[in-house]
Amino acid sequence: MSTHSYDDHDHHGSELGEMQLRVRALETILTEKGYVDPKALDLIIEAYETKIGPHNGARVVAKAWVDPDFKRRLLQDGSATIATLGHTSRVGDHLVAVENTPQLHNMVVCTLCSCYPWEMLGLPPVWYKAAPYRSRAVKDPRGVLADFGVTLPKETEIRVWDSTAETRFIVLPMRPAGTDGWSEERLADLVTRDSMIGTGLAKTPQVAAR
Amino acid sequence: MNGVHDMGGMDGFGKVEPEPNEPVFHAPWEGRVMAMNRAMGATGAWNIDMSRFSREVLPPDVYLASSYYRKWFLGLEQMLLERGLIDADEVEKGHALHPAKPLRRGNFTVADVERILTRGSFSRSPQAPARFKPRDRVRAKNIHPATHTRLPRYVRGHVGTVERVHGCHVFPDAAATGRGDNPQWLYTVCFDGRELWGPEADPTVKISIDAFEPYLDLA
Repeated sequence: MSTHSYDDHDHHGSELGEMQLRVRALETILTEKGYVDPKALDLIIEAYETKIGPHNGARVVAKAWVDPDFKRRLLQDGSATIATLGHTSRVGDHLVAVENTPQLHNMVVCTLCSCYPWEMLGLPPVWYKAAPYRSRAVKDPRGVLADFGVTLPKETEIRVWDSTAETRFIVLPMRPAGTDGWSEERLADLVTRDSMIGTGLAKTPQVAAR
Repeated sequence: MNGVHDMGGMDGFGKVEPEPNEPVFHAPWEGRVMAMNRAMGATGAWNIDMSRFSREVLPPDVYLASSYYRKWFLGLEQMLLERGLIDADEVEKGHALHPAKPLRRGNFTVADVERILTRGSFSRSPQAPARFKPRDRVRAKNIHPATHTRLPRYVRGHVGTVERVHGCHVFPDAAATGRGDNPQWLYTVCFDGRELWGPEADPTVKISIDAFEPYLDLA
């Protein structure tokens, strides 16, 4: 029915204007029909722009670094354990946390679409949803890591988690050296979004100080 | 379906290009598309698997050349048209011209926002005991469903090991085509990189998928 609308995809330069118009038209129709309240749409957008982002996941990682019992429970049952924190947005039933060690590096991908732990990390970055990452992460994870400037020892085992169902994965990166005695809050600043996807490492105190 | 969305293991797409300080949205319309998708999904007009399927059936050239939120928009518009929630003449005019249809869970209002910020549960009561247990060797079936499936091509026919049992979940292959939840056991199955990519592959790499029971046989 709307196949006419597929024709213009190769005009990248005008995509913004074209999309702006088409999206505005669709929102007008949905609003006039009463299906959606635009104020409700504003609130959804605001939540993902301000409240739901990688800082949620970073707090969980920092807590796991300082509290071995919390870490043990987190690795056993991610959803139930994060629910006990209360201060992060609720994560639903199917969150799995996986731990990086000197022997094992975990990386998360969704080869089929863009599944991502929204509640922990916010909306996924463009590269996570794009063909280069989705195609290569499962076949050449070391090559992908190199694109991020990360080199692991040759013998480190790499485990790639393809998010093919409603389970969601968050990586617990290794705690950087030189952070003994740091507070959870200070540690959370070292936890990057990419370190929780597995395409990066947590920042060292030296990098964080720059 | 064996579409271009099933990208695992394909070559030729180039380097991953991380964007420093990437904004949440690159243009305001992207946020509106995300929010409209979430809102209309919450009205019960369709489920998440139908929504994924609507993007998978985009023509391959459109899928590959469109930005992420453009794909979301095209899928959204198509689902609304197919269900008669909007009509082509309305899209043409950019205004509602016909009466609204009732939505299963009602129109989406400010009061519904909080609810959708938490993920729903996909767990369902088991219809039968689980066929597999951790450490079982299983082979991903060599199947090629013409509609939505979550069994990626790159594992089909290959043998892996069951690692985790996640309970019984909504079966996407059924839900995407309106055949109900049809709950199935869900397993994390781990494959050796060389099993998937041949003897020359990096021996330190393992890859897992989450596989529904109908995708698997005992090896």
